[in-house]
Amino acid sequence: MTDLSIDLGFIKLKNPVIASSGTFGYGLEFDPFIDLNKLGGIVTKGLYFSPRPGNPPPRLVESSSGLINAVGLQGVGVKKFSEEILPQLRQYSTAIIVNVCGERDEEYASVVEFLDKEEGISAYELNISCPNVEKDGVCPALDPETTFSVVSLVKKNSSRPLITKLSPNVTDIAEIALSAQEAGTDALSLVNTFLALAVDSEARKPVLPNVFGGLSGPAIKPLALRMVYQVVSRVKIPVIGMGGIISAKDVLEYLITGARAVEVGTANLIDPEATVKIIDGLTEYCQKNGIDKIESIIGTLKKS
Amino acid sequence: MIKDSQARIIDKKSWNNYFLFSLESPRISSQAHAGQFIMVRISQHPYPLLRRPFSIHSKHEKNIEIFFQVSGLGTDLLSQKKVGDSLDILGPLGKGFHGGENLNRKEVIAVGGGRGIAPLYFLAKELRSHGASVKIFYGGKSLKDIPLKEKFESEGFELYCSTDDGSFGFKGFISEYLKAELEKFTPSRIFSCGPEEMMRKIAQLAKKKKIPAEFSLESIMGCGFGVCWGCVKRIKKNGEEGWVKICEEGPVFSSEEIIWTEEEK
Repeated sequence: MTDLSIDLGFIKLKNPVIASSGTFGYGLEFDPFIDLNKLGGIVTKGLYFSPRPGNPPPRLVESSSGLINAVGLQGVGVKKFSEEILPQLRQYSTAIIVNVCGERDEEYASVVEFLDKEEGISAYELNISCPNVEKDGVCPALDPETTFSVVSLVKKNSSRPLITKLSPNVTDIAEIALSAQEAGTDALSLVNTFLALAVDSEARKPVLPNVFGGLSGPAIKPLALRMVYQVVSRVKIPVIGMGGIISAKDVLEYLITGARAVEVGTANLIDPEATVKIIDGLTEYCQKNGIDKIESIIGTLKKS
Repeated sequence: MIKDSQARIIDKKSWNNYFLFSLESPRISSQAHAGQFIMVRISQHPYPLLRRPFSIHSKHEKNIEIFFQVSGLGTDLLSQKKVGDSLDILGPLGKGFHGGENLNRKEVIAVGGGRGIAPLYFLAKELRSHGASVKIFYGGKSLKDIPLKEKFESEGFELYCSTDDGSFGFKGFISEYLKAELEKFTPSRIFSCGPEEMMRKIAQLAKKKKIPAEFSLESIMGCGFGVCWGCVKRIKKNGEEGWVKICEEGPVFSSEEIIWTEEEK
C-alpha cells in the first residue's frame, strides 16, 4: 500500500495534490466530475471582504501552451462564502484552504478575522501576488518590506496556519520568501502567474483591456521549478510548488526539487478530472518504483 | 454535465471552411436542450491548451451535431479530424433558450449570422415541436457563408437569406432584412445568434417593436463550467448589473438582461 500522505507540520494532507485558487471555483463546481474527498486539498477562489466586480472582458488569451488571464479576482465576499459555500465545502474530507485577498493590509486581516469564527478551514493562503488588481501588476509580494508588513499583520489576527503565495515577478524570490518566513508564515506557495502581455497585431493594441495579464499553464513550468529550487535551499518552512502541472510526472519534478506539496491550476480548466488522474498517476509511479512513502522522494534532486 | 472522452465522429460534412460534425454521445444527447453548448478538447497535448466551446447544432437519438467555421488554430485542427476519431467533450453546458411550450401556434423568428446559425437549427426544431411556426433569417458575407440554407429548406422552414455582397437573397445585413420584414408582420418572439454588432441591432429593433427577444452570446472560454470566470459579459439580472459568466448563466440572455457595448470605431 503506497502512502501518498504529506505532513506539512501544521496539517497532514492525504496526498501532495492541492487544487489551486482561481482555477477550481469554490470547489463544489467539480463535484459532478470527481470525488473531492480524494484530493490533498482545495484552495478556494480568492476572497476579499466584500464582493468584487473583477475586470472588464476579454479576460483571457491563450498563448503557446499557456493561458494569460486578467480576471481580477471577481468573487462573492466573506459573508456569502461563509453562509452559502463553506457549509457545503466542509462536508468533504479534504483540506479546505481559503485564498485571502485584500486591497490593504487591514483588509487581509479583516477577512481572516471574519473567517476565524467559521469551522472547517484548514489554513489560509495569503494572496499577496495577484498581478491583475493594481496597475502594472503591483502587489505586496514584489517587495520584502510590504510582504513582511502584510504577513505579520495577518499572522497576528489569525488562529490558523498561514501559507503565503509568492509572485514570480521579482529579481530575487528567495529574498521575499525569507521576509515572509521572518514575518511568521507557516508555509510558502509559489508561484503565482507571470506578468504577461498579449498584442493584437492587426489592431496594434493589447488584447486585454487590463493591458497585462498573468501567464499560467505548461509554458511556465521550467520557470516555476527554478524558483522553487531557489527558495527551498534558503527557507526552513515547507514550500508548495505550482506552475504548469498537468501530469504526475510534473508533480514528481516539483517534489524531487524540494516542494512538499503542489497545486494544480490551469489543468483543471482543460480536464476537470486532472487532479484525480494525477493522484492516480502518483500511486502508479510509486508502486512501479517500489516507493512506499512518497515523502521519501522530496528534495532528492542530485547535483548534476 | 457529463464528460464524454469517447465521442466518436460518425459523420463529417464541409463547405469551404465551414464544418458539420456528427458525434455519438448518447448521454449528452439525452440531456441537451437548444442553446446549450459543449467544450471540445482539441489536442491531448498542451497546445492548443484550452477546450473550445461549440453550440449544439442539433440532436438525433444518440447523436449531437456541431457546426463551426475555421477561425484559428483550434478550429483548424478540429476540422482535420476524421470520421471514426473520438473527441473528448464536456456537455451539455449552460442554460439554453427559454421560450418553448408557451409559443404554441405562435409565429417566431430565429436570426443567425454566419457561424452564429449553429444553435438555431436545434432551436427551430424544438420550437416547432412545441407548435410554433418558425421563420429563419440567415445572413452571411456571401453565398458561401450560408451553407446550411438547404438544410433548413429541406426541413420545411420558411427561410429568409441575405448576403452582404448580394450574391444570394437580400443584399445587405440580415438585420436590415429583418427590419424591412418586421414592417409586414410581428412575431411573438425573436431568437438570435451571430456577431455582437448584428445582435445589438436586432435587440434595438425588437425593443422598438416591443417584441421579446433572446440572444446567444459568444466569448472566449477557459473552462465552460463556471470556475475560471473568464467569459463574462455585462448583464443585468434581478435589478443588479455586473460581469456575469456566460458559460454558467448563459450563453442565452434576454434583451433586457444584456448591456450592449458600442463597437469601437
